[in-house]
Amino acid sequence: MDWKNLLTIAMGAILINNFIFSQFLGICPFMGVSKSTDTASGMGLAVTFVMGLASAVCWPINHFILTSETLFPDGNNLAFMQTIVYILVIASLVQFIEMFLQKSMPSLYTALGVYLPLITTNCAVLGVVLQNTQNSYNFIESVAYGITGGLGFLLAIYLFAAVREKLEYSECPKAFEGFPIALVTAGLLALSFGGFSGLKLFG
Amino acid sequence: MKTIIFAVLVLLVMGAAFGAILAFAAKVFAVEKDPREEAIAGCLPGANCGGCGYPGCGGYAAAVVAGTAPVNACAAGGEAVAKQIAEIMGVSAGETVKQIAAVRCTGCGVDHTKYNYVGVQDCLAASRLPGGGPLGCDYGCLGFGTCEKVCPFDAIHVINGVAVVDEEKCKACSKCVDACPRHIIALEPYKTKKHVAIPCSSHAKGPVVTKVCSNGCIGCSLCAKACPKEAITMDNFLAKIDYDKCIGCGICAQKCPRGLITVDGVVPEKKPAPAAKPAAPAAAPAAEEKPAEAPAVEAPKAEETAPAAPTEEAPKAE
Repeated sequence: MDWKNLLTIAMGAILINNFIFSQFLGICPFMGVSKSTDTASGMGLAVTFVMGLASAVCWPINHFILTSETLFPDGNNLAFMQTIVYILVIASLVQFIEMFLQKSMPSLYTALGVYLPLITTNCAVLGVVLQNTQNSYNFIESVAYGITGGLGFLLAIYLFAAVREKLEYSECPKAFEGFPIALVTAGLLALSFGGFSGLKLFG
Repeated sequence: MKTIIFAVLVLLVMGAAFGAILAFAAKVFAVEKDPREEAIAGCLPGANCGGCGYPGCGGYAAAVVAGTAPVNACAAGGEAVAKQIAEIMGVSAGETVKQIAAVRCTGCGVDHTKYNYVGVQDCLAASRLPGGGPLGCDYGCLGFGTCEKVCPFDAIHVINGVAVVDEEKCKACSKCVDACPRHIIALEPYKTKKHVAIPCSSHAKGPVVTKVCSNGCIGCSLCAKACPKEAITMDNFLAKIDYDKCIGCGICAQKCPRGLITVDGVVPEKKPAPAAKPAAPAAAPAAEEKPAEAPAVEAPKAEETAPAAPTEEAPKAE
């Protein structure tokens, strides 16, 4: 495995093509649970966890079933089913993880709390597995992209939550209080991440 | 055709497989829930108001069962619910002290304005102005009724330029406490005994207070010295009552040279100073019946000199 390739994928997922700031995926939890850095980091870790796992589970399903060359030698494979199958997989996976954690790791379960079921319908998770397929990553690359994409999400939501905590104390016009000013702030943050676009690693 | 059949088949098989796994997991990883949790959730109001500090009634019920929350934390349900929960948990509820919001300003400074304010009729807007608003007193109620607007129970109203709490309607939700830009509203326990209150928030020094207000606290600390339970402390030229210690004797109200301290909402009449000179110093509980020598003499008029004079006189009397 080429470590340079993995590093490129990681840097791309965290900074250059950050899931929130440049791909606009996972905006819902990004706005919803970024009121304090504690909950934000909890959500970020949960997303990282699920993204990595979903990548790992979806890759074999895609490779060995949907686009299998032995099952579909004539090329009429089931690639068009990817989206719906991924949704099915992710939803079941999150449910399963939730049950598993509740039983075997109650402390982690309480730490993740309500955020775990929220991820079921998180578009960032669906986005990461779809992009894995689009970019025809192999298994290791897929998992790397999933985990680092989650870390990018964690970075974004943590930064944003830290800003929002300060925002509570700032004075802004009544009409902008709360959500509107948060949206403006998110836009400015996204703008700063725009500085990474076009960054090229290894020539 | 083959593709369609395959697609349906694949999805069907996968769905069935995942369903089976989840059903299996639900059995294997089943976590027993404490039946008390459901019982507690059943007797809670179910409004999910979050007043207890937990995410909804379910969260509170779980916290009670886990032992991290007191059984009487539900403000909306009050004592009745606390008793039910206590019964389920097998502990005694203890006393839930009813609280109400109290405005710590009597509004006597409304005549002492710095300038004529014609802007937005809102305390927050007014308090942003130079000098912190039109009111002469930097700590007083601005009287534009921001608290009135946020009160969900119609329990606080601006009357004669000062916010007044309707004690019957107030549910101590503390919305007004958070809304007031002057931070002069606070929660106080409601009439557990005779309710003594110091309705002033001014940390300004005596001479400043006397210029802008006719009964604000000048920080003379007579009440603090007179209190038999040491329930009154001076905080930067403002007397504050610790309601855990206050026994409602009202000696402080008698001593106050400004006629500020109220007992059950009214400023008590000054008792005429008994001519007899009891031996006990003012701090002894026995002094309850013989207060107000100095204030009776000095009385509300001698505003400027009040802080110093009585303290000198007290030792002499002995």
